[in-house]
Amino acid sequence: MSSGGAPSGREALLSAFAEGVPYVRWLGVGFDLRGEELTGVLRYDPKLIGNARRVALHGGVTAAFLEMTAVIEIAWTSLCSDPEATAPARLRVPKTIDLTVDYLRPGLPQDAFARARIIRWGRRYASVHVEAWQDARDRLFAQATGHFLMPQSGD
Amino acid sequence: MRLVLNLLHGNDMCMGSRAAEFARDFLNSIPQCKALGMELVSAGDGVVEARMPYRADLVGDPDTGVIAGGAVSVMMDTCGGAAVLSHAGGVAGTATLDLRIDYMRGATPGQTIRARATCYHMTRHVAFVRALAWDDDERPIATATGSFTVDR
Repeated sequence: MSSGGAPSGREALLSAFAEGVPYVRWLGVGFDLRGEELTGVLRYDPKLIGNARRVALHGGVTAAFLEMTAVIEIAWTSLCSDPEATAPARLRVPKTIDLTVDYLRPGLPQDAFARARIIRWGRRYASVHVEAWQDARDRLFAQATGHFLMPQSGD
Repeated sequence: MRLVLNLLHGNDMCMGSRAAEFARDFLNSIPQCKALGMELVSAGDGVVEARMPYRADLVGDPDTGVIAGGAVSVMMDTCGGAAVLSHAGGVAGTATLDLRIDYMRGATPGQTIRARATCYHMTRHVAFVRALAWDDDERPIATATGSFTVDR
């Protein structure tokens, strides 16, 4: 998870999410926190492969990883937007409306990283761009744009 | 996802035990599909259908027990690539160029999810696919459209 020190209340919410959502754990996704900047980390596992002969990550796994990173970016940004507010009992995550993934090159059988940028942030909807890479940050293997329904109070 | 031929060949695979065996082998050869417990229902003539039984470790929302959208995206991509290979157009291999998924509703907890992809048009270098996912209720869970490379 994050580096150094005991996790603050907010960071604890993030690790609770990564550990408490079965599919996030199953896929092997974690979140690395530097300051307020969040990076999704997909730990390589042979079960993520989409074709045994040309060993590459499954495109659906790449899509899942990008979506998860976008969702967490929204939840985290929302949490950090009001540092004075009491942290909620758990991370409130948005619902995915749609996701469009560009596959730029094959995903190699190794760890992958992703970072999301919120393009527009509204009361109801958010539009997010997310990029994924492996060896070099400027050599993306996939990118995606998605729309998300913001968590409403009372959710 | 990238797929190569000889895993999925032509139109003769919808019938008989040979086809059934083949269909099973096809998804079992893809580690991610095997890990998800995906099963091929039918394939041929550019249309491929698969199913995925409910599993607690694939839940994306612990409050409701709804399966994660990411698992559905794997079904969409797999069926899309397989639909391209099963199209009667002499395709040797394919890889996803672009895939858009729209999420209509969460799948009902406990139910098997099904996905069907159709390769509805193919040019020399590009194949166009649309796909649908649903559960016991026939209202769609998700729809997808994608373009795929065509290796000849």
